[in-house]
Amino acid sequence: MNKKTNSARSIACGILAGVSALAMGTAASAVDLAGKTVEFVIPFSESGGSARWANFFAPLLNEALPGAPTVVVKYRPGAGSTAGANWFQEQTTADGTLLFGSSGSTQFPYLLGDPRVRYEYKDWQVVLASGTGGVIYLPPDLAAKVNGNFDGLADEFLLYGSQGATTLDLVPLLAFKLLGLNVDPVFGIEGRGDGRLMFERGEANIDYQTSSAYLKSVVPMVEAGLAVPVFTFGALDDDGNIVRDPTFPDLPSFKEVCEATAVCETSGVAWDAYKAFFIAGFPAQKMVFLPGAASQDVVDTYTKAFQDVKARPDFAEKSEVTLGVYPQLTGAGAQKAFDQATSVTPEAKQYVTDWLKEAYGVSLE
Amino acid sequence: MELINTALPALADALTLILHPQQIMFLIAGVLLGLSVGVLPGLGGIAGLSLVLPFMYGMDPISGLALMVGLVAVIPTSDTFSSVLLGIPGSTASQATVLDGFPLAKKGEAARALSAAFVSSLFGGLLGAMVLTVFIFFARPLILAFGLPEMLLITVLGLSMVAILAGRLPIKGLVAAGLGLMVGTIGAAGAGGSLRMATYDIPYLVDGLPLVIIGLGIYAVPEIVSLLRQDQAISKTGGLGKGWIDGLKDWWRNIWLSVRCSGIGVIVGMIPGLGGSVVDWIAYGFSVQTAKDKSKFGTGDIRGVIGPESSNNAKEGGGLVPTLIFGIPGSGSMAVFLGGLALLGYDPGPHMVRNNLDVTYTIVWSLALANVFGAGLCILLSGSIARLTTIRFTLMAPFLFMMITFAAFQSSQQLADLVALVAVGFLGILLRRFDYSRPAFLIGFVLSSQAEAFANMANQVASSRFRRGFEYGIDYLASPLSLAILALIVISVIVGIRSAKHILGNSETPAGTKRAPMIFLLAITGYVAVAWVNALMISRVGDKIFPVTVGAVTLVCCLLLLVRMMRAPEGDIAFADLELSGGEDGEAAHGLWVTLAWFFALLILSSIFGFIIALTLFFLAFFYYRAGLSWAKSALFTACGVAFICFLAYTLGREFPPGLLQAYFKLPWPLK
Repeated sequence: MNKKTNSARSIACGILAGVSALAMGTAASAVDLAGKTVEFVIPFSESGGSARWANFFAPLLNEALPGAPTVVVKYRPGAGSTAGANWFQEQTTADGTLLFGSSGSTQFPYLLGDPRVRYEYKDWQVVLASGTGGVIYLPPDLAAKVNGNFDGLADEFLLYGSQGATTLDLVPLLAFKLLGLNVDPVFGIEGRGDGRLMFERGEANIDYQTSSAYLKSVVPMVEAGLAVPVFTFGALDDDGNIVRDPTFPDLPSFKEVCEATAVCETSGVAWDAYKAFFIAGFPAQKMVFLPGAASQDVVDTYTKAFQDVKARPDFAEKSEVTLGVYPQLTGAGAQKAFDQATSVTPEAKQYVTDWLKEAYGVSLE
Repeated sequence: MELINTALPALADALTLILHPQQIMFLIAGVLLGLSVGVLPGLGGIAGLSLVLPFMYGMDPISGLALMVGLVAVIPTSDTFSSVLLGIPGSTASQATVLDGFPLAKKGEAARALSAAFVSSLFGGLLGAMVLTVFIFFARPLILAFGLPEMLLITVLGLSMVAILAGRLPIKGLVAAGLGLMVGTIGAAGAGGSLRMATYDIPYLVDGLPLVIIGLGIYAVPEIVSLLRQDQAISKTGGLGKGWIDGLKDWWRNIWLSVRCSGIGVIVGMIPGLGGSVVDWIAYGFSVQTAKDKSKFGTGDIRGVIGPESSNNAKEGGGLVPTLIFGIPGSGSMAVFLGGLALLGYDPGPHMVRNNLDVTYTIVWSLALANVFGAGLCILLSGSIARLTTIRFTLMAPFLFMMITFAAFQSSQQLADLVALVAVGFLGILLRRFDYSRPAFLIGFVLSSQAEAFANMANQVASSRFRRGFEYGIDYLASPLSLAILALIVISVIVGIRSAKHILGNSETPAGTKRAPMIFLLAITGYVAVAWVNALMISRVGDKIFPVTVGAVTLVCCLLLLVRMMRAPEGDIAFADLELSGGEDGEAAHGLWVTLAWFFALLILSSIFGFIIALTLFFLAFFYYRAGLSWAKSALFTACGVAFICFLAYTLGREFPPGLLQAYFKLPWPLK
C-alpha cells in the first residue's frame, strides 16, 4: 500500500489543525450543525466499554457543537471491530455528521497486518484521544509470594482467561512472558468481564482489568480479601517513559516490577516490543475520528467542541466516574497520541508476529 | 435473622418506590413500547431497548429504570404472538413455543394458545421475582459453582433435546442437528480466528451467519411460502375455535408443570454465559418427558406451550442475577439493559446487592409488575389478535415479507443479509419438504458456538491442570455438579428416544419416489464433507477440533441414512416428501417456484432500486396480480405498508437496504 504521501499529508493536516485550533482559541467557525443529526458510530455492541465511552461524550457534544445537533451513538459490531472500521473507511461524509470511535481492538489488528483489515488509520482525522490503564491482580495466596518482584512465582502454574492473542490481551501476555511467568492462556472468552468471572470461580488465577472495570468490579473483591492487585501497566509521561498510573499511585508500574524481577529486562527487543504495543493499546486506547473527506473547518469545529467539553467545570467529576483519571487529548496532543498509537517499529511487529506463531500457533497471513 | 433485618426494609423501600404513580406510568410506557416492538416478528428486545437508550442519559434514575424494565419484561411475552400466530420464533426465548403453538393456531385455537402462553408467562415472571427476592443473597456461590465443564454439560443437555424432536426417523434428526452445528461453525473461530468455510473475500461470512437470519430463514420463510401457496387463512377452518378462557383453564389444569418449568427458567437463566437459548428447549423437553400422554405433542398440545412460556419469563428474572451481581449480562437484551443502567449512574457489580439492595429489589419487582401489566394486556388482546389467523393469508404475506426483510437487514446492515436470508430460507423450505426436523437444526445452530467455546475452554483449563497432576485435573472435570448434570443428560436422552416416536411435527407426510429425497441428502452429505475437509486443513488445533469431530459424526449419520435409502423400497418413510399429492404442499393452489419468485423479485428489486422503491413496486404488483385486488385497493395497501415501515425505521433510527441506484445518486431519506 502506498500510504506514505497520504500519511505525510494527514500528519501535516493534523499538526496544522492542532496549531490553528490553539491559535484561534475560541474563534468562531463557519460550521453550523443546527437541525442536523450527528452519527457517532462505534464498531462494538451496546454493552462494552466503548459504548459507555461514546454514550458519555454524545450528550456533552450535543451541548458543545455549534447549532446543538442531536448526537446519536450507532453500533456496528462484527469481526472484532474490523467490520465497522472497514465500513467507516468507505464513508465520504464531509459535513461533520459522521464520527467514528475506535479502540485498541481496532488498532492491534491494523498494526499486526490482520488480513481482515481493509482500513487505513492515516486516512482519517483524529479529534479526540482518550487514554486508560490496566491493573493486574492475583488471588491472595499467590500475591503473598510477590515481594516487589515475581521471582517467587516462576514455578507456579498460572491460568489466564483471554479474548485472543491478537487483541488487547497481547499486552498482558507479553508482560507475563517478560516476567518469566508460566501462564497458560485460556482463549475464547468474549470480554474481560468473563475473564474476571473465571478468576472468581477459581478457574483462572491471574487476571487484569482496564481501570474503569477494575474500580467498579475488582475493588469490591479486593476489599473482601478475594484478590490483591500487584501492578499496573503504568502511564506514559511527556518524555515517553513508563511511570506510575495516576489513578493508582500506590501500585508499582510494570516497569518497576520488571526491574526488580531477575529474568525481566527493561531493554532489548522484547522490552521494546512490549512498550510499543503498550503505547499503542493504552495511552490512546480510544479515539474519535472524522472521515478523511471532512474539511478543515469541520475538524476545527470538533476540536474546539471537545476542548469546550473538557473545559466544563463538571467535566473532571463526571469523567472520573466513567473514564477514570486519564488525559483526554485534543488538537496537537491527540495527533501525537494518534501517531504513537498507530505506528510500531518493524522490529517490534516482527518480534510479536514470530512470538504469536511460536507460542500460540496464531498466524496472520 | 440478620438477613431478614436487611432484606425487609429494603423490600419495603423498593415497593414504595415502585408503587409511586409516576413510576407506574413510566413502567406502563415501557410495557407499551416493548409490546409494540416485540409483536413484530424478528425485532426483539435489543431493538426496543436501543430505542429508549438515547433518552436514558440524565433521566431520573428510578423512572428510567421503570421504563427500561417495563420494556425488557414484556419482550419474551409479546414475541409469543409471532411464534403462535405465524410460526415465526419471535426471539430465541420462544423457539420451542412454535412447536405446539403454531399447530394450535392452524386448528383455529390461536386465542387459547395465546392466553395459555401469556398466563404462563405471567406466572413464571411472578414466581421468578419471588424466588429472586430471597435467592439473591445465596446466588453468588451457586453461580460460581458453574464452571466451564458444568456450562458445557448444560449446553449438551440442551442439545440432547434433539432426541425428542428428531421426528419419526431419529437418524434424520441427527443429520439435521449435525448440519445445524456445522452451519454454526461457519466463519472465524471464536478462539483463534481461523476461517471455516469462509474467506476474507466475502467478509460477511467471516462473522458467521446471524441468528436472526437463521431463525427467519428456517421457520418464517418456509411457513410464509407454504401458507401463501395454499391461499387460505392460517386457521384451516377459517374461524376461531376455543377461546382465550379455555387457555386460562388449560393453564390452571397444568399449574404444576408451570411451577416446575418456571423453576428451570430461573436457575438456567441465572448462569451467565448460557443465555436464554437453551431454557425453552429444556423446558419443552421436560414437559414432554413428564407427560403421560405424549401423542399430541408437535401437533398442538397445550402443554407444549405452557412449559416453554413459563420458563422464558422466569429466565428473564434469573438473568438479572448475574447482570446485577457480577455485571455480566446473561443475554443480548440484558447486555443492553446493563448499558442503560450505566447511563443512569448505576454500576452493577458485587456491591449492587450489598449497598443498593433497595434498587436491586426495585428492579426485581418492577420486572414482576411489568409482567402483570404486559401479560394481562396480552391476554385481553389475544382474542382479537387471534383473528389475524382468519384473514386470507395472501393479503398478509407481503407485509410479512416486508417485516422479515427489514428485520433481517438489521442484523448487519448489508445487502448480504438479504442474500443470506434467501439462501437459508431455501434450505428451510427443503428441510420442511423432506421432513427433516427444523427444531433439531435450530438447536444445533444456536448451541454450536457456545458448545464449541465451552468445550474448548474447559479443555484448555483441564489439560493445563492435568499437566500439574492427574488428581488436580480430574477434580476439575468430575465435580459433583457435573456428574449430576451428566446423569440428567443420560436420563433425558433415554426418555427422549422413547417419547420421540410420539412427536411428529407434520403428522401425515406422504412418502414416495426416491429421486428428490436422495438428491437432497446427497447435497447435505456433500456440504458436510466439504466442510469437514475444510476444517481438517486448519492448522490451529483449538479451531479445528470441534468442526472435525461434529463433521465426522454428521458424515457417518448421512452415510447411514444413504445406506438405508438405497435399501428401502419406494414409499418408505425415509422418502417423505411434502410436495407429493396427499402432502400439505402437493395439494396447494400455487407452485413453489412461482411463489418463491415473488420473494426473489423483492430482493432483486431492492438490490437495484433500494428497499423502499422496491417495496412499493412489489406491493403494487403483488396485490394486483397475485391477490387480485383492484388498483385502488392495491395502492391503498401499498401506501399503508410503506408508511408503516418508514415510521418504524424512523422511530428506531434504522436504515434501509440500499441498491445500485443509491450508489450513483444521492437520494433523500427514506429513499437513500
